[in-house]
Amino acid sequence: MAYGPKIIDHYENPRNVGTFGTQKDIKERKDIGVGLVGAPECGDVMQLQIKVNQDGIIEDAKFKTFGCGSAIASSSLATEWIKGRTLDQAEDLKNTQIVEELSLPPVKIHCSVLAEDAIKAAIADYKKKNGIPVEDHDHAHH
Amino acid sequence: MPTPSGKAIYLDHAATTPCDPRVVEAMLPYFTTHFGNPGSRNHRYGWEAEEGVDIAREHVAALLGADPKEVIFTSGATESNNLAIKGAAYMYERAPAGQTKRGHIISCAIEHKAVLDPCKRLEKEGFDVTFLEPPRDGIVTAEMVKAALRDDTILVTIMWANNEIGTINEIPEIGKLCHEKGIIFHTDATQWVGKMPTNVEKANVDLLSFSGHKIYGPKGVGALYVRRKRPRVRLHSLQDGGGQERGFRSGTLNVPGIVGLGKACEIALQEMDRDAARLVTLRKKLEREITSRVDVCTVNGHADKRLPHIANISFGFVEGESLMMAVKDIAVSSGSACTSASLEPSYVLKGIGVGDDLAHSSLRMSLGRWTTDAEIDYAIEKIVSSVHKLREMSPLYDMHKEGIDLSKVEWAHH
Repeated sequence: MAYGPKIIDHYENPRNVGTFGTQKDIKERKDIGVGLVGAPECGDVMQLQIKVNQDGIIEDAKFKTFGCGSAIASSSLATEWIKGRTLDQAEDLKNTQIVEELSLPPVKIHCSVLAEDAIKAAIADYKKKNGIPVEDHDHAHH
Repeated sequence: MPTPSGKAIYLDHAATTPCDPRVVEAMLPYFTTHFGNPGSRNHRYGWEAEEGVDIAREHVAALLGADPKEVIFTSGATESNNLAIKGAAYMYERAPAGQTKRGHIISCAIEHKAVLDPCKRLEKEGFDVTFLEPPRDGIVTAEMVKAALRDDTILVTIMWANNEIGTINEIPEIGKLCHEKGIIFHTDATQWVGKMPTNVEKANVDLLSFSGHKIYGPKGVGALYVRRKRPRVRLHSLQDGGGQERGFRSGTLNVPGIVGLGKACEIALQEMDRDAARLVTLRKKLEREITSRVDVCTVNGHADKRLPHIANISFGFVEGESLMMAVKDIAVSSGSACTSASLEPSYVLKGIGVGDDLAHSSLRMSLGRWTTDAEIDYAIEKIVSSVHKLREMSPLYDMHKEGIDLSKVEWAHH
């Protein structure tokens, strides 16, 4: 697969790889939301962790991804974009923006969808932990 | 870290090989000065070309332990397989076209597409086909074939060695069984011929396909061995015309290609023992080093009954395409080359029971005549460090280390 320079850059120098602790630790921390999406047999699993401060701003984000170069690049870019944003702003992020920024080829659009799902899942997890009502979002993917 | 040669290391010899310079040298005159048509019987140009083809036929026959009259030149193994399988099915059919129950064929689910697809076409045309499913070691045994035999079985087609996992099937035993029952036996020997000693008599083979470009010969040329005695095998031709190649395959002969194939066979016969001994050492080192330095990884296929030069390794918790990207200065294959463009995991690995997750994360490395020790050392370092780097990034590897059973996790399918 011939990829564009931005995908290669994020793949070779992924931003914000890591976690804020083991699965067990994270479960108990109310300032952290976790999104785990995808499935191993489909060839991609994305784990996104967000650390939210008292003003509702995503202070830090970390990812780990099992998947192709596009999946790794999409999650790396997603962490960059949501850092410093409010939960509402992060929730508004669309997969099409990722497609555009990375110039993802058509067969790899599902990777951007997965990244969007991971953000939404992490936010939902944070809200659930903190007793904030979660709205039902329409998934308007392209 | 630069590669030893500064160029990408080629470890994809099961896909194709470079032409041996000695092969190219032998071919060259047949493009320019010896350009005649071997079918031209009335002048020197034709005789020269015919002589080149005759010598090539002798070299091919010598490599197979066959008679030169039993060698049919084709455009490659795909054509040889089509001619052997469809040609035999139409010749030995039990009922004419348009009817069902035209005859039973036995093949295997992990054959190359150039065998599977002709079989599937015959299935649509009224033949019955059994696709054997080998166990995890990938070996097709005579026992498995015996259990699938029927009164109306007319053809068995089983590859000599598998192109993705390098495993060697019980060809002489299957051939013996077929001869006892009077059933035609074809083998796709594309990965075997020129790498391992071949004798169609001892192996009881009736039809055998292979191609030039897997054995350091040119692309676009191959051969089909067609047995002439005990039994005399007949085939329905698929391409009609001038009646070349005993009428089995009409069309002006590809003289330079055939001469190149002949030269490649001559060299293979002289050098394959030495090549095999060297490559098996390198391949074992590759497998041993990688499996000892990376946890949760497996060598696919039988441990010993395999070709000297093909290694297929699955790595848990990393994805195949990203692994290919990480080792981009090593030319390897993820599954079969034909499926590398799609997102489907290898049907061969799935066929021997490798799970989808591991089938997605496999590398096939195939060594060749000019693979060096330094290249293998480089490949080992690169693959080991790439797997470690990707696992640092893999949520699945974290979960594995924390003792979470991944098969019990409820994944959000999308």
